[in-house]
Amino acid sequence: MPSRTPSSDESAIRLRRISKTYPRPGRADDLVALQDVDLEVAPGEVLAVVGASGCGKSTLLRIVAGLEQRHGGTVEVAGRPVTGPGTDRGVVFQEHRLLPWLTVEQNIAFAVPHLDPESRLRTVAEHVALVGLQGFERCYPSQLSGGMAQRVAIARALAPRPAVLLLDEPFGALDAFTRMQMQDEVLRIWEAERTTLVLVTHDIDEAVFLGDRVVVMSSRPGRVRRVIPVELPRPRDRTSWEFASLRKAVHQEFFQSRGREPEFQI
Amino acid sequence: MAGSQPTTIEGAVPQAARSARAPGPRFRPVSEWGPAAGLLLPTLALILWEVLARTGFLPPNWLPAPTVIADAIRDLASSGELWGHLTATLARVLAGFVLGVAAATVLGVLTGASASLRALLDPTLQALRNIPSMAWIPLFLLWLGIQEASKVTLIAVGAFFPVYLNLVQGILDIDPKLVEVGHVYGYRGLALVRRVLLPATMPAYLVGLRGGLGLAWMFVVAAEIMGASRGLGYVMIDGQASSRADLILASLVLFALLGKATDSLLVLGGRRFRRGRAT
Ligand SMILES: Nc1ncnc2c1ncn2[C@@H]1O[C@H](COP(=O)(O)OP(=O)(O)O)[C@@H](O)[C@H]1O
Ligand SMILES: [Mg+2]
Repeated sequence: MPSRTPSSDESAIRLRRISKTYPRPGRADDLVALQDVDLEVAPGEVLAVVGASGCGKSTLLRIVAGLEQRHGGTVEVAGRPVTGPGTDRGVVFQEHRLLPWLTVEQNIAFAVPHLDPESRLRTVAEHVALVGLQGFERCYPSQLSGGMAQRVAIARALAPRPAVLLLDEPFGALDAFTRMQMQDEVLRIWEAERTTLVLVTHDIDEAVFLGDRVVVMSSRPGRVRRVIPVELPRPRDRTSWEFASLRKAVHQEFFQSRGREPEFQI
Repeated sequence: MAGSQPTTIEGAVPQAARSARAPGPRFRPVSEWGPAAGLLLPTLALILWEVLARTGFLPPNWLPAPTVIADAIRDLASSGELWGHLTATLARVLAGFVLGVAAATVLGVLTGASASLRALLDPTLQALRNIPSMAWIPLFLLWLGIQEASKVTLIAVGAFFPVYLNLVQGILDIDPKLVEVGHVYGYRGLALVRRVLLPATMPAYLVGLRGGLGLAWMFVVAAEIMGASRGLGYVMIDGQASSRADLILASLVLFALLGKATDSLLVLGGRRFRRGRAT
């Protein structure tokens, strides 16, 4: 497969002073979902974003995806400003969001309408294989387990060969065992494809297991509280001491009182 | 086919083998008979009916035997009358259904897709729905006369509401999350309609079409009873006037068969839109 890594030294994603407010019905003041978020993601990096529920993680991802277009600040993907959804960015939502009237292969083909029939067939077959679902091509989403459906969603998101894959709590609805399997799977895919990944999660383990850096967000207003680099070699041992101490660092950051300034950087 | 299988197997199993089998139920439970289960009761009822009619328990001018009704249908067919009645009724149902569906589809798409049009149109249409459709008959007769136009219009009104209501609801129920998926992969305008909005609405629309077709059949009876010189409803009235219960029952049977046939066609045609969805 061709490399998905963008050329040269530019950031894969660059967010500058991103802010987003929602009007609150019956109240004069707006809800500040995001305030002054600055982030840069390097090509091929895995950025994990953790934060309490409602802190604006999904909003941030939707802004990068181009699904939320009214916001403050600027978003650039591979140096180009984002003005709407585009095939340079793949999105995996918490729910699989497969079209129920299409089979597995049709759902993946749905993502590449611009390809000629022959390359479309090839792309679909490649991506079915990438997520290990050979033999299920003709199944409908209602016939799949939660984990399998989410794999199809990942295959669909990768089919247009995006430079960036945005994952919004993709395994939140899965049981713990399947979730760990899926994390290994994502790692395997990332190693094969070197796609830039932004992974939103509320699972600190998942963030430390997958991320090159872990962004900890604070709530109301949603801000970047701290960015913690994870400099452990992959595959990471979830039971190692280093893993545990990093998890603890994220934990502490996560549960500290709001508005506190970080005293040190790891 | 599945229903008759056990007996065939039962009959083919040699005595020794049968006794060697583990003791278990000799007959499959009724729930596993398939279509045969549903046919059991009507078959028994028909046999009982035939016997009661033949032995004179049921007065023949009141409830003639099933075979007599079958004869009535055969007579209609051999005299060449049947074809004319069938096509007259079918043509009315078809014309009314197509008209009603066309109007319901246009208005349903408009009110479903645009909140402003919904605010403008829907209250009026909902109010009109509260008029029992049969109450239109005198007005249609006054406006359009006793000929085909008033009949077709009445059938169209009958078919309109189920299609309209289900279509609007189907459009409103489209999952915005799936529409977003369409946006993510670059579908807009007509492509979005064709690949996402239409398939998402189709199941509700089909429910509406089936309901509309059912009402079209109901209203064709009313329309033909109110005055017609051809059609199955006319056969009914003719049977009533000449005190021939067999004619009334014959057209009743034909109505049932035609209604079932057209409904099955609709289900068959809509099957590809139901794929992948839990029933
Ligand atoms: N469409 C919307 N309208 C109004 N408020 C919204 C909308 N989407 C999100 N919010 C609010 O913005 C805040 C952040 O939401 P979200 O990004 O979904 O958080 P997270 O994904 O971190 O749980 C929440 O308080 C939520 O209620
Ligand atoms: Mg969220």
